[in-house]
Amino acid sequence: MSKALPANLEQIEVNLKKLTNQRTRSSLLGIAILILVFFGGTLVSLEANAGSFGRGIANFFNYPRDLFVDTFEMGWKYWPRVIKYIPELIITLNIALFSTSIGFVLAVIFAIFSSRNLIRNKRVIQFTKFFMDVTRSFPTLIIAMVFLYLMGKSSLPAVIAITIHTAGALGKLFTEAIENCDGKPIEGLSSVGATWTQKIRFSVLPQVLPLFLSYGILRLEINVRESTILGFVGAGGIGELLAALIQWNYGADVLACMFLLVGTIIALDYLSAYWRHKLIGVNQ
Amino acid sequence: MQIISINKFFGNNHAVKNVSFKVNKPQMIGIIGRSGAGKSTLLRIINRLTDATDGSIEIEGQNILDLKSKEKRSWQRKCAMIFQQFNLVPRLDVLTNVILGRLNYQGSFRASLKMFSPDERADALILLNNLGMANTALQRAETLSGGQQQRVAICRALMQNPKMILADEPIASLDPMNARMVMESLRKIHDEKNLTVISNLHTLDTAKTYCDRIIGMKDGAVVFDDLPEKLSDKLAREIYGAEADEAFEPQVTSTELKTKNQVNEDVEKEFATA
Repeated sequence: MSKALPANLEQIEVNLKKLTNQRTRSSLLGIAILILVFFGGTLVSLEANAGSFGRGIANFFNYPRDLFVDTFEMGWKYWPRVIKYIPELIITLNIALFSTSIGFVLAVIFAIFSSRNLIRNKRVIQFTKFFMDVTRSFPTLIIAMVFLYLMGKSSLPAVIAITIHTAGALGKLFTEAIENCDGKPIEGLSSVGATWTQKIRFSVLPQVLPLFLSYGILRLEINVRESTILGFVGAGGIGELLAALIQWNYGADVLACMFLLVGTIIALDYLSAYWRHKLIGVNQ
Repeated sequence: MQIISINKFFGNNHAVKNVSFKVNKPQMIGIIGRSGAGKSTLLRIINRLTDATDGSIEIEGQNILDLKSKEKRSWQRKCAMIFQQFNLVPRLDVLTNVILGRLNYQGSFRASLKMFSPDERADALILLNNLGMANTALQRAETLSGGQQQRVAICRALMQNPKMILADEPIASLDPMNARMVMESLRKIHDEKNLTVISNLHTLDTAKTYCDRIIGMKDGAVVFDDLPEKLSDKLAREIYGAEADEAFEPQVTSTELKTKNQVNEDVEKEFATA
């Protein structure tokens, strides 16, 4: 101890040291267990795969190399192919945009009916919350596959699946936004003699709308990826194309699709950041 | 207006005890009492923001505590309320905030598209101008200072064409100069429009300066109801209880306007004693 402490404080210092030691010991133990589990798991999987892990790793790097080799062999002829796939990309984007917009509207309605500060009736809140939980709990892939089976191959099953999930997921976030908004303006409009709808329109929405839009844009980004994945199970768009190309082993074309997808996601990321900043900027 | 034995319980807590009083002609009434004396609850009951446990409030032969939905909202329109925290919509501009006072006159559909008539906009601007706030009409309410926001809130209240104004601690979160401005506006409204103004005030000095009648509340019950001159220091101390010193302290009473020199002297004194 660098400084002499009074007797009553010394005990605290001793206790503190004890506590720190204890914490260090338990974290070290945790790390050791993690390492054991990791290596144990790897060993088990190596045994199960009869040592193919090493070969698998080699193939893992071979495949992307082939993709690039194919692409370079094509030279300038490559770019028309990228452009050729743009219509497919637009289908995917359309699925995402359409289902995000419908899901957004549904989410706003759900959120209003599940917010404790807007609805007095607890049953209504419980029911809406339960309903949102249900819509959120099914993975889009499963909903889409069920509807694809029922309705045949088209984009509609993907739209339905993404809409259902979006409504539940955004509804949950929106509910929290509404429940956290300032109650004083709502009270102010109550005292003016405003109706329930007027109160929502003029005191709740102005407070939460920028947040809603920001969440919505973020969801759009997620939904572009979702609708691509749903293409793999037959919902159309660039996902379906990509699945076929991978199976046929058209290396250059696979890379073209990926190029488009990654470009779209990056563009969307920048756009959404720009929109969100603009929204916040207007607020100030 | 006649208030007849109003009671309010929050669980076991008897917040308002058997309160009765009459207002026969437009008056400026100050309700004083320490925090938790039931002043706010009483005003909120009159505006129907809170329901009373029992009792009645009669106006023109009608018990307003029985009003439901549309009639209730129409009553709320008639008795405008001003809050300690202003309760404006922070993200809407000042002009819209003022026009919102007219919501009760409008259909939900037209209002939800913000289709306010030119007349309504003109009325709102005139009211803002009267309180020296017209130049802020297009700013967001959240960008204004407390005193400015409270003046906007007063404009919104007037926009309701009220028969009565209830003010719940209107100056408790304001600095002395703004507090005086707000109290003078309320007094002017009472004098010019002949409206009843009932105001909860934390400080005795303000109540005595601006009000024609003082109602003192203690632990939910009315213990004094008369002209300000008749309130003795002893009774006032009893009303305020432990908060008496704070309520009597001229620096806290917020209506005393000090010149800059005086303030500087005070600061120096404080440093000297520290």
